[in-house]
Parts: sequence; structure tokens; C-alpha cells
Amino acid sequence: MVTVDTAVAPTSRTPGQEAGGLTPGRVLAWACLIAIIAITLFPFYWMLRTALSNGTTLATAGTSWLPVDFTWGAFRRVLGLATLEEAQAEGGTGSAVDFWVYLRNSVLVAALITAGQVFFGALAAYAFARMKWPGRDAVFFVLLTALMVPPIFTQLPNFLLMRDLGLVNTYAALVLPFFFMTPFAVFFLRQFFLGISREIEEAARLDGAGHVRTFFQLIIPMSWGPITTLALLQYVQAWNEYFWPLLVGSERSVRTLTVALGVFRSQTPQGSLDWPGLMAATLIAALPVLLLFIAFGRKIVDSIGFSGIK
Amino acid sequence: MTVTAVPAAGAPASGAPAVARRAGVSRDTWVALGFILPSVFGFVVFYLWPSVRGFGLSLTDYQFFTDTSFVGLANYQRLLTDETFWNAMLVTVWYVVLNIGFQTVLAVLLAVLLHRLTRSVVIRGLVLMPYLVANVVVALLWFWMLDAQIGIVNQVLSWFGIGSISFFGSESWAIPTIAFVNTWRHLGYTALLIFAGLVMIPRTLYEAGRVDGASEWQMFWRITMPLLRPVLALVLVITVVGSFQVFDTVAVTTMGGPSDASRVIQYYIYDLAFERLDYGYASAVSVVLLVILSVIAFVQLRLMRANESDLA
Repeated sequence: MVTVDTAVAPTSRTPGQEAGGLTPGRVLAWACLIAIIAITLFPFYWMLRTALSNGTTLATAGTSWLPVDFTWGAFRRVLGLATLEEAQAEGGTGSAVDFWVYLRNSVLVAALITAGQVFFGALAAYAFARMKWPGRDAVFFVLLTALMVPPIFTQLPNFLLMRDLGLVNTYAALVLPFFFMTPFAVFFLRQFFLGISREIEEAARLDGAGHVRTFFQLIIPMSWGPITTLALLQYVQAWNEYFWPLLVGSERSVRTLTVALGVFRSQTPQGSLDWPGLMAATLIAALPVLLLFIAFGRKIVDSIGFSGIK
Repeated sequence: MTVTAVPAAGAPASGAPAVARRAGVSRDTWVALGFILPSVFGFVVFYLWPSVRGFGLSLTDYQFFTDTSFVGLANYQRLLTDETFWNAMLVTVWYVVLNIGFQTVLAVLLAVLLHRLTRSVVIRGLVLMPYLVANVVVALLWFWMLDAQIGIVNQVLSWFGIGSISFFGSESWAIPTIAFVNTWRHLGYTALLIFAGLVMIPRTLYEAGRVDGASEWQMFWRITMPLLRPVLALVLVITVVGSFQVFDTVAVTTMGGPSDASRVIQYYIYDLAFERLDYGYASAVSVVLLVILSVIAFVQLRLMRANESDLA
């Protein structure tokens, strides 16, 4: 638990670097770091480069740094803007991809999951951190044991539950198992609520505010930072989830982007894949997360030391 | 089980005034129970009950559409002679070893580089980028880059006179390739966990080391590694438990092939349950996976306790 307190805001301390100029060792170290960063980033560039290439001529210039025979065609195909002739001329299949449906499903499912997790997680975290009641620590411990259970173990029976309830291939099935609780959300917020000073709460109590009012009008506004961080982490996770949506949401009307990408890949026989189309689709599927990251990168990076406790 | 008992306790109705402590449950307790109710509901319905049901189903021959009967430990007996299961076990362990091997060494290197060279959040953000992208996206991206015919990696290899390698299509390459792809995705995340551990090591130790004339190399082995041990133990367990559950990459790229070479345990469970509809047996395999992961988690707790004093 020592890890938690110190790791929450590691960036704010001791800026600057070790003393010492450009020794050969430091040059070598920088070279290593730059090489790792290059290998990290290159695939993203390659995804973009392929997505902007023409599928029919792509194979002739496999190592070209720039897009081969530059075209927006792949994006137009994925977004359903291209005509059948256009698509086929550039190596696409011309079959409708229904990208907008999948995008809508992903946005909706991830948003609902995030909202539920953060709200109910905050309620529970408050009860565990700021209120005294019999059995509190025991209940908290039991909830945390859920961290230990590998997802597949509960997801097989959860699938049966959804089937018994007649919810397979509905949004409810996609959202419900993650909606009310994740041990991580409760744990994460509890840790922050523990740090809030008692005096503020007692002042509110003297003004006649009960726990419900204190929670909504005091604790929530004060904890906006950690709540946003948690929401970001959970949104990214829900957006990227594959296994559960694959089990209960394979039907077109509720299919999420990740599942759609898997289907797209498995339905196309190897060798004749529309690589630019596929890369355009993966790029668009990754885009919302990358945009969130550009906007809130520091928050996400800072929370990593913390989420390691997960 | 403790949980269900709490909200269900037949205490007097909520009219009990807050002052009357002796009369039973206080008003605060009722508010608290209200606050945790949704979470407890989620826990009971989607964690506790499925766990119990999973155990139960592993003792049956449940197959979705036929009559179900209790078969005792027959599924577990079947495991013992199921060659596909043992192969899946072996493949998974091979994957875990490779993945953890690549990942830990590279992540320690990256974390130390970050720690010694720069405090830039931008650089830390850049190395984290692959982690934020879905497994499916990462799998497809590398599936393309490692394509045997026109993938960039094979094109570059050919410059060095190395013939085309069918990374996902050959029995010996499939698992190392998947391990590499997932290392690429998780490297930054693991490195940042280790980085958080490095930040906690007091700077004065390095200053003292420098005064004593220790080289960077000596300081790494004498100061960094010993003090990093608890964090490393934790990180190792997180990554081992995670990599035992590899699924997305396999499902998108090789689908277990060629000829079971990449049929990892989680993919085998999925295949048993949803392709062969052999649900009871699939449950038994997932119970075994649960036991394996619990043992690892138990070792984690022991390791963490054993090392508690190091950073005190």
C-alpha cells in the first residue's frame, strides 16, 4: 500500500536531470531511448500511410515511406461514402461496412459503462472512506476479492445469465456486468476520499448537511480531478473491450467497433484483404482514444503508477 | 456470503432516530448501506453468483441444447487425458515465458532510461500510446506489418537477404510473434509501473554512491535492482496473471492455428464453450485456470510481504 500514496503524483517532484554532460554513456542511453520510441511510434505512422494508399497498387511499393498512389478512398469506403465502382477500383470489396452503426454502439456502450462505474463507484467509495458502519472493512475486503477472479471465469456464466434473461444482443447485456461495480473504481476513489480533511466535512455537518448532501455538494466537486481520471481510464478500457462484446453482442445492431474489426478480418480470406480499408478502420477505431490521450495525457500517465495496484 | 447478509439483515425500519444507538442500526448506517447497495448488487449478481455457478456447471455435462446431468468430477478426469488441453497449457506457458521475458527486461531498461535521462511527461506519454489502443487494433496492425508477402517487416528483412517469414502462419513463429506483438503493446505501461517504483528510491543513495566512485552499472545492480525488488515482484505478478489470459490477439490473428500451435488456454475455453458447445467441460477448464491464477496471486502476496522492509 505504500506504493499507492507515493505513486499518485510522481511527476511533480524533483524535476531536472542527473548532473553530468554528454558522456559516451549518456549518448548511448539516449540512442536506446530514441530507438524504443521509434519502434513504439512507427506502426502508428505505418497504419496512416497504408490507410492513405491505393489498395490495387499497394503491393508494388511495399517499402515506400509515403502513401502509395495517395487516396482518401479507404476512409471513404469505411465511412460508406464511396460508390461500389470506386471501392472496387481501389481493391475494396464494395460491401457495406456499417461503420457508423458500430461507432455509435461503441460510443454508447463505453459511455454507459463509464457513467455507471464512476457514479456507483463514487457512492460506494464514499461509504467505505468517510462513513462508519458495522462490517465496513469486511465488506470492502470481500468486494476487493473480485479483483482476483479472472474475467473469463465469470464471463462464461454471465453469458448464460444474459441468455436466461433474454438479453443477448441487446445493449443491456453489453453494459450490465460492468455497470454497477468494478472493484478498481471503488478502490481508486476510496483512496482519494480517504485523503480529504475531516474539518471540511464537519463544517458542512454543522450547517446541517447530511451525508447525501455532503457527498453531492462537497465531495464530488472536490474530487473532480480523480473522478475525471477514473472516467478516462474506464472509458478507454470499455472502448477497447473485445471478449465480452464478442460473446453477447455479435449481432450487427449492437456490434461494437472492436468486434466489427475482428469480424471484418475473419470474413475476408487471407491474401485478398483490403489492407488500406482495414487500416483506415483501425485508425478510426483508435482515434477517439488517441484524442482523449492528447487532451488528458498527463492525467492518464500520472495515474499509471496508481492503477498498477489493480 | 458475508455480503448478502449485510443488507438483508432484518433490522428495524428506517424510522429509527439517529440518537437511539442502542435501539439498533443508526441512520448513518442506513445511508451507508444505500450508498454501497448498487456495488454490492453488481458484485453479487455479476461476480459472486457467476463464480458459484461456474463451479457448479463444471460438474455437469451442460451443452446448451441438450438435457443436463450431474457428472461429478468426470470433466476433471477428462482433462487429465485431453491432449489438446495439455498442449494449450504448454503453449500458454511458452507464451507467458516469452512475453514476460521480453517485457520485463525491456521495461526495466526503458524505465531506467526514463528515470536517468528525462522527466518529460510527453516522452512517457509517447511510450504509453500502444497501451491505449485496443488489442484488436494492435493485432490487426501487426498482422499487416508482419504479412508474409507485402508486410514491411518482411520487406526490410529481405534487404538483409533473409527470406520471407510467415510470422503468424508457421508453427514455430506463431507464439513468439504473438508474444512480441503484446510486448509492444504493454511495454510502456509496464515501464511506467517500474518507473513509479524508481521514483520512490531516495536520490541521496545515488549521490552517496557517486561519492564512493560507483559507476552507473554498479549503482544499477547494487542500488536500483535490490530496492526495486518489491515493485518488480508486483509488476511481474500483474503481467504474468495478465498474459495467462491472452485471447484477443490470438482470436484476431491465428485463431489458434496453425494446427493448435497458438491455441492458448483462454482461446481453448472459448472454443470449447462457443464453437463446440461443450459448456460444462469449458467451465472445468476455466476452474483450472482460476486455480492457477490464484496460486500466482498467493505467491504475489507472499513476495510482497517478504520484501516489505526493503523500502521502509
